[in-house]
Amino acid sequence: VDVAAAVLVLIGICAYAVFGGADFGGGFWDLFAGGAKRGARTRALIERSTGPVWEPNHIWLIFVFVITWTAFPPAFAAVGTTLYVAVFVAGVGIIFRGGAFAFRESVTGIMQRRIFGVIYASSSIITPFFFGAIVGAVASGEVPAGGDPDSPFSSWLGLTSILGGVMAVVVTAYLGAAYLAADADRSGESELASHFRVRAMAAGVAAGIVAIAGIFVLKGNAETLYDGLTAARGLPFVILSAIAGIGALALLWRRRLQLARLSGAAAVVFVIVGWGFAQFPWILVDTLKISDAAGATVTLVSVVATVAVALLILIPALVYLYRLMLRGVFDTPLEEGWERGEGDLAEAPQHAITTWALPLPKRAMVIAVGLLAAGVILLEAWGGPANVTFWIGILAFVVYLVFALGSNLSPERLGEDGPDWNAPDS
Amino acid sequence: VFPLEILTATTELNELAARNMQALSLGFHIILVPFAITFPAIMLFTEWLHYRTGDPVYRTIARRWSHAMLVVFAVGAVSGTILSFEFGILWPGWFDQFGDVFGLAFTLEGAAFFIEAIFIAIYLYSWDRLPPKKHMLVGIPIVIAGQLAALLVIAVNGWMNSPTGFDEINGVITNIAPWQAIFGNTTIWIEFVHMLLAAYMVAGFVTAAIYAGAWLRGKRDRYHRIAFVIPFTLAALVTPVQLIVGDVLGQYVARDQPVKLAAMEGLQETTKGAPLNLLGYYNEGTGEIEGGLTIPDGLSLIAFHDPDAEVAGLDTVPEADRPPVNIVRYSFQFMVGIGTGLMALALWYAFMVWRKKRLPSSRLFYWAAIAAAPGVVLAMLLGWIVTEVGRQPWIVYEVLRTKDAVTQSDGIIWLGGALAIVYVALAIGTIYALRRLAARPIDIAGQAGATVDAGRCDEDEG
Repeated sequence: VDVAAAVLVLIGICAYAVFGGADFGGGFWDLFAGGAKRGARTRALIERSTGPVWEPNHIWLIFVFVITWTAFPPAFAAVGTTLYVAVFVAGVGIIFRGGAFAFRESVTGIMQRRIFGVIYASSSIITPFFFGAIVGAVASGEVPAGGDPDSPFSSWLGLTSILGGVMAVVVTAYLGAAYLAADADRSGESELASHFRVRAMAAGVAAGIVAIAGIFVLKGNAETLYDGLTAARGLPFVILSAIAGIGALALLWRRRLQLARLSGAAAVVFVIVGWGFAQFPWILVDTLKISDAAGATVTLVSVVATVAVALLILIPALVYLYRLMLRGVFDTPLEEGWERGEGDLAEAPQHAITTWALPLPKRAMVIAVGLLAAGVILLEAWGGPANVTFWIGILAFVVYLVFALGSNLSPERLGEDGPDWNAPDS
Repeated sequence: VFPLEILTATTELNELAARNMQALSLGFHIILVPFAITFPAIMLFTEWLHYRTGDPVYRTIARRWSHAMLVVFAVGAVSGTILSFEFGILWPGWFDQFGDVFGLAFTLEGAAFFIEAIFIAIYLYSWDRLPPKKHMLVGIPIVIAGQLAALLVIAVNGWMNSPTGFDEINGVITNIAPWQAIFGNTTIWIEFVHMLLAAYMVAGFVTAAIYAGAWLRGKRDRYHRIAFVIPFTLAALVTPVQLIVGDVLGQYVARDQPVKLAAMEGLQETTKGAPLNLLGYYNEGTGEIEGGLTIPDGLSLIAFHDPDAEVAGLDTVPEADRPPVNIVRYSFQFMVGIGTGLMALALWYAFMVWRKKRLPSSRLFYWAAIAAAPGVVLAMLLGWIVTEVGRQPWIVYEVLRTKDAVTQSDGIIWLGGALAIVYVALAIGTIYALRRLAARPIDIAGQAGATVDAGRCDEDEG
């Protein structure tokens, strides 16, 4: 079961990398989109492609966190104790990225958009760097079981960490460009599509170079990982990742942008899965094994079952979101700047009046007050902690609220002809 | 597994810094929470009114609200993320020992929050893009998942207040029963109801306050009236229920966490027929309440519904196991005081609406409605201070001390300082963005490109 839970963590990291990573990549290119005028359309595309999905994508990170601390508490505690500075900076980066992105969407002045934009874009680079550095620190055995509170910086400033950080930034930039190219292509923005296609290829080549350089770094600094990656259990994934990466480049070259997006994501997934397999059975390389970090079996079973059920609901929901996205339902013309929601639907719906309404009795408010009184009496007189009366009392309150709200805020009461709300003031 | 025994000299400072940093983060985050868990229900209801009547004013209101929610939800999501980072940075001892006891609640919460985030994204970006009915249906999972997520977070807090679902044998945690820990602890349900109602009150009163301000500035058209009436009516109707539920919660505390109750009331000695003291000052030296108003037998009556009931005092535990009394006591008293004030405001409103059949026309009422916004937010924060500070020195009641949970790492105080600056920036950005949204022209005819209310967070984040 502990391995199953670890696999879930790995799945979460993969999903965060290919979905959340691309959002960070959008921020990367936002920073280098040029001045306010020249970069306007580029940024509009980035905003349009990121806006509806970044928050759901972000939740994969929360997923990784909650599974880790529930299933492998000592590993979570050790990382928090040792890498607290890096974790903190990544957290602040998350705040600035998300906050500034949302703020920029809401303002229109060029100066304001510039300020929020720079914050959003630069934290889109800082945050993945620190996540990569954290992964690098874990992968190179810098985090001892039990944690090391006395190396707040040196623990994540090793070569492997720097490699991880740089790799993360390059990969997110690559994914971001590849996705944006595909998204621009989908909505017929051919100019922007080729803009990002070139950048995706450049970032892809850069990622390849970093990966090759990384082999030498790992050989000297993270032997366990290096051995795992070159041994039978890791090597196939490394090769698959290389094939997918090169394939993605070829597809980009041939302007098969939709396929390139998938192939690029596959390359990233393979490299992460390869890393996971390579460091098996360690959760903290060289210091803590998965089996030793695992919490109570019943908890692990519950976590795995819960996540499995949750995924049954989540995946269709995510598919629905991405399908709407890919069908262009959220699209707004880029020329409109960043004004969202300029729709043309204004008419009253045709079905008005005929729809279902809460069938409230005539004197709903009187009944509501009665229910309120009943609830008070039930709870105050007999509603000891957690007995049946307590729940009946709570139920009375719920029905009270339904009746009271229904009676006071009914369409008829609030309507233009309603007596109350439109009376002239004195 | 974790070297908890090695307490360095910095531990005390670290504990203080860590507690303040966590309090700051939770305090900031909790202000935004009502706008993610209860506000969507208000918004959806307003959208339904449009669906039902075809009156475009409802749609304009709902839509402008939804744009503000986009900002607030984003800030809430990221400020909630930093909380989970802090759990690892600040409290490794807590998670190391008990992560597999209560962590499942967070796993479930993560799933619920995931659902909420997905549907919020769809909802916010698909106005006009989906048929009206479908758009409303997309909103329903937001409401359900948001409240579910709140329940699961409260489950963890309830577990901290009344831990269960494990045995501690010679310092080793065994017989772990995670479902029992989450849903079987005695505090979860009542605490959830109390918090959910608080969230409705906060979302309602704060939103209404913005339009009360508009009323005072002379904007009294139908748009502003409706936007005031819906949230205010909801909050006013919830308030009496909250007073009762709060009282019942007090009985739970009396039974399950007597020391917390003693601190809330400043009761030094275990007393039969304990009096209730209003205001005044708890003298740490003498253990007496100095000044204030004393109601004989009042505390026994409230806590156990029996004037002669015995109420446990602080003296039931050694001095080292007592929370700081004055903070807890004042927080509790002011929370109750504000709640009572809000009840009075609700009654005023009810009288006008039901007897006079119109909205209040007194400027004083609208000033009071504005004051209700910071008041209700403050009351919620004070309530959390009561429950969290009142549990000290324990992080897990009578099981794990806060000082044994805190990190051994140095420099937490610097992180806390940095985070405070980050929050100031975040608060400024939030208020600014909301004000910009509010400044967009209101176009009721329906081409509603525009958006929401004046600085929803003006009052609360300052």
